[in-house]
Amino acid sequence: MSNQKPKLALYWASSCGGCEIAVLGLHEKILNVAEAFDIVFWPCVMDFKYADVEAMEDGEIDVCLFNGAIRNDENAHMAHLLRQKSKVLVAFGACSYGGSMPGLANFSDREAMFQWIYADSPSTINPDGIVPQKRTDVPEGELRLPGFWNTVKTLAQVVPVDYFLPGCPPEASSIEIAVNAIVSGELPPPGSVIGPDVTVCDECPRKKSEKKIKRFYRPQEIIPDPDICLLEQGLFCAGIATRSGCGAKCPQVGFGCRGCYGPNEGVLDHGAKILTGIASVIDAMTAEEAEAIFDTLPDPAGYFYRFHLPDSLLRRKARGNGKRQPVSETGQRGPA
Amino acid sequence: MSEPRVGVYVCHCGHNIAGTVDVEHVAEWAMGLPNVVVSRDNKFMCASTGQEQVEQDIKEFDLTHVVVASCSPHMHEKTFRNACARAGLNPYMFEMANIREHASWVHPNDRDGATNKAKALVSAAVHRVVHHQPLEPMVVSIRPETLVVGGGIAGIQAALEIADAGYHVYLVEREPSIGGHMAMFDKTFPTLDCSACILTPKMFDAGGHPNITLLSYSEVERVDGYVGNFTVQVRKKARKVDQDLCTGCGSCWDKCPIRIVDTVFEAGLGYRKAIYRPFPQAVPKYPVIDVENCTYFKTGKCRMCEKVCPTNAIRFDMEDEIVELEVGNIILATGFKLFDARRIPQYGYGRLENVFTSLEFERLTNAAGPTEGKIVLRDGETTPKTVAIIHCVGSRDRNFNTHCSAICCMSSLKFAHLVMEKTGAQVYNFYIDMRPIHKGYEEFYHRIMEEGAQFVRGKVSEITGVARSPEEDGKVIVVCEDTLIGHQRRVPVDMVILAAGLEPRADAQAVGYLFGVGCGDTGFFTERHPKLDPVATVTEGVFIAGACQGAKDIPDSVAQGAAAAARVLGTISRREVSLEPIRASIDEERCSGCRICNNMCPYHAIDFIEEKGVSRVNPALCKGCGTCVAACPSQVISGAHFTFDQLMAEIDGILVDVLSDRPIVEAV
Repeated sequence: MSNQKPKLALYWASSCGGCEIAVLGLHEKILNVAEAFDIVFWPCVMDFKYADVEAMEDGEIDVCLFNGAIRNDENAHMAHLLRQKSKVLVAFGACSYGGSMPGLANFSDREAMFQWIYADSPSTINPDGIVPQKRTDVPEGELRLPGFWNTVKTLAQVVPVDYFLPGCPPEASSIEIAVNAIVSGELPPPGSVIGPDVTVCDECPRKKSEKKIKRFYRPQEIIPDPDICLLEQGLFCAGIATRSGCGAKCPQVGFGCRGCYGPNEGVLDHGAKILTGIASVIDAMTAEEAEAIFDTLPDPAGYFYRFHLPDSLLRRKARGNGKRQPVSETGQRGPA
Repeated sequence: MSEPRVGVYVCHCGHNIAGTVDVEHVAEWAMGLPNVVVSRDNKFMCASTGQEQVEQDIKEFDLTHVVVASCSPHMHEKTFRNACARAGLNPYMFEMANIREHASWVHPNDRDGATNKAKALVSAAVHRVVHHQPLEPMVVSIRPETLVVGGGIAGIQAALEIADAGYHVYLVEREPSIGGHMAMFDKTFPTLDCSACILTPKMFDAGGHPNITLLSYSEVERVDGYVGNFTVQVRKKARKVDQDLCTGCGSCWDKCPIRIVDTVFEAGLGYRKAIYRPFPQAVPKYPVIDVENCTYFKTGKCRMCEKVCPTNAIRFDMEDEIVELEVGNIILATGFKLFDARRIPQYGYGRLENVFTSLEFERLTNAAGPTEGKIVLRDGETTPKTVAIIHCVGSRDRNFNTHCSAICCMSSLKFAHLVMEKTGAQVYNFYIDMRPIHKGYEEFYHRIMEEGAQFVRGKVSEITGVARSPEEDGKVIVVCEDTLIGHQRRVPVDMVILAAGLEPRADAQAVGYLFGVGCGDTGFFTERHPKLDPVATVTEGVFIAGACQGAKDIPDSVAQGAAAAARVLGTISRREVSLEPIRASIDEERCSGCRICNNMCPYHAIDFIEEKGVSRVNPALCKGCGTCVAACPSQVISGAHFTFDQLMAEIDGILVDVLSDRPIVEAV
């Protein structure tokens, strides 16, 4: 790098926009970012076109912060394009890192979702059964829509990723650590998750004892003791299996960790680790009793895999007869 | 480290494996697996030639890791680990692939399938073994004191064997006296000698032995530590009688005004007082006060026992006492519970007055029992003229217990003999199968047949008081299909004895958890190996003996008591024991102190270090079961020899395409 400021790009794929807000949540420190970097692409905030990116040299962008999961052809196209144009690609936030909320769609499939959204949902009137098509001929010409994938993927499942910054959204403090590391060039080895390798429990000031619970409570059902571990009080908390770095903000205000910072180093399946931790506190002598206690936890799959279904060992709901199916041109297995 | 060099050995096990699996092909194919430098097949790997081949190859090919594909590691893992060690390789650099139990024996009619499965298993082992780390066993010293839990015949025998060998024993018994079920019986089969006459000398021996501390009316509450170094907390329940002063004279229970039906020792047929000694030969001889029924504890008045006690031994204010014991080994001899015959309503127990349980009959026929040994009906005077004995009550019945209770055939024969001898009544035995299998038992069966007992083969469907004919009037009618003559029969009798089966104690599961011993499907404690290690358990230093391990009779219980004692004496005389290095450890740097693992450990091996806010595994207590490793939600607990890398590599290995030798999935 010469005297020029390093070039920064930010992009959102399948996401809610919260990550963009989180960057702006740096408040006055955003000026440091603007001072340190030359922002070359940030569609949420400034007017850039895809053509601007396409016109760049390969590797011209020094750092790209990419948020959002990959769930359609456009997301994938931009992932490939930005990978090609960027020296350092950062999966920014829980969706690009682990699939997160969009990734929960993997518990269903495209067909079922289209059926619900474009036909069965109570607010829909669609007597002709029209569903989005990749190409539609209209008198003015051809209309195109990005192809909608059957399976949501993480950024790293589509292109090689250099760093992961967890969080839904990443806390300002985490972003700051990452930005400082990039500015100073003191980066961890490529492929790392930027953040401490301990769990939320480490930062959580609540008193922890041996855990045994007879039922789960939903947050509205009890007022938790302010000093005792929430899980011990029967409130679902994924903090036991979730990387710290957030400051344990949720448990500190009486709301169990939802797991947005993802798993610790070396964990292959975040949901399985939450499950195994939660299952370990069930105080039951028989299988029936254990089942009855688990029945008090609604939507366990959604709780356990809220942030990391696409990059779990499960990846998605099983298809058909469970036999492997050929890979289609979009990198998808199964019928396109 | 330089490149790993793996040796693979595929065993024929005679025809056991080679009869189904193409072992030559498996060995040849394994040469293509990564890091394999030598691969052979061998008729019997466990034979000295097979072991020597491994040793020779380790030296010749400079092997760093060894895989033997043969039988279950339960059989020969140790054999091959030792072979590796003899050749200078750390024994834990070895991995076993079980292609006998897991391939040839379970797929006897599918040669191709079994061969492919064997290849996958070998591949898994080869992929795994290169991640193995050298491990060293841990040596701990053994305290010479032993705890025996349960003062029935098995526990007494075990305690005496160890005490006689010169080592101290703590014998803990829940009831006020030792003796267990055997103390309730009248005669023992097949010799018909008096149960009390052969038991009481042993009870007195145990009670007065200089090397035995008898803790009766006591229960173990907590067990910490590990083999050689257990710390045990025992609650000595308050007898309310000072044992140092009491002489056992009996004035107190003579004068106690409260009479209670004795449901324990007298099986509900007799009475005891509120201050009582369960039976005359009780050891220790001291009574206890039953505070639930004692007038003083109910109303604050009476104190009769206190007034009459010549030595002022009554202590109404006595509290439970907690005693802490340090022991090296533990023997569990907690016995059984008799099947509750009320659970089979069609047999009428509790509803038809002249239906008795086997334990009730034992008390009826016992000279020290409520009828002084007279066999009479529930009215207390009528001698029965016809008696039916029903075998297998609650045993060999999928509605209750599937197991055979082992003693009922013989005790039923004994009952038949006693009834005929004492009353001259006609006896009918209703049986499914006769199983008099031990020494002298078959002869006893023939003797009882010759004495005139009738045997009806068939499971009794109903016992009823509803008569269908004048000769059934006032009788108890046993309804049964006689499978030998192929007819439904109704046999009217005066008295029915239900030979109730043996069950695990109601609290067996909780007691097992306390001592780190599992319960099998039938609920009895699980031995380490059903054939070759019947008195050891998975917890080092904890042994089991008698009917807590499975239904058994007196000779078998005595034999197991002695066997457990021999095992304990073995470890005592070795003075120290080496523990498997396969155990869990916690990376304290990465532990966040969530404490999920704390109550997961079945061996109580995990402590929480309050000041550091981390959990820690006590290596001497850890058995390497892996429960905490799986439970740890942040994956900072690692199981030696079952590390994450090793397990994932094993999975990668088992998923290779056995037809093309290329992995069918990418490494995770």
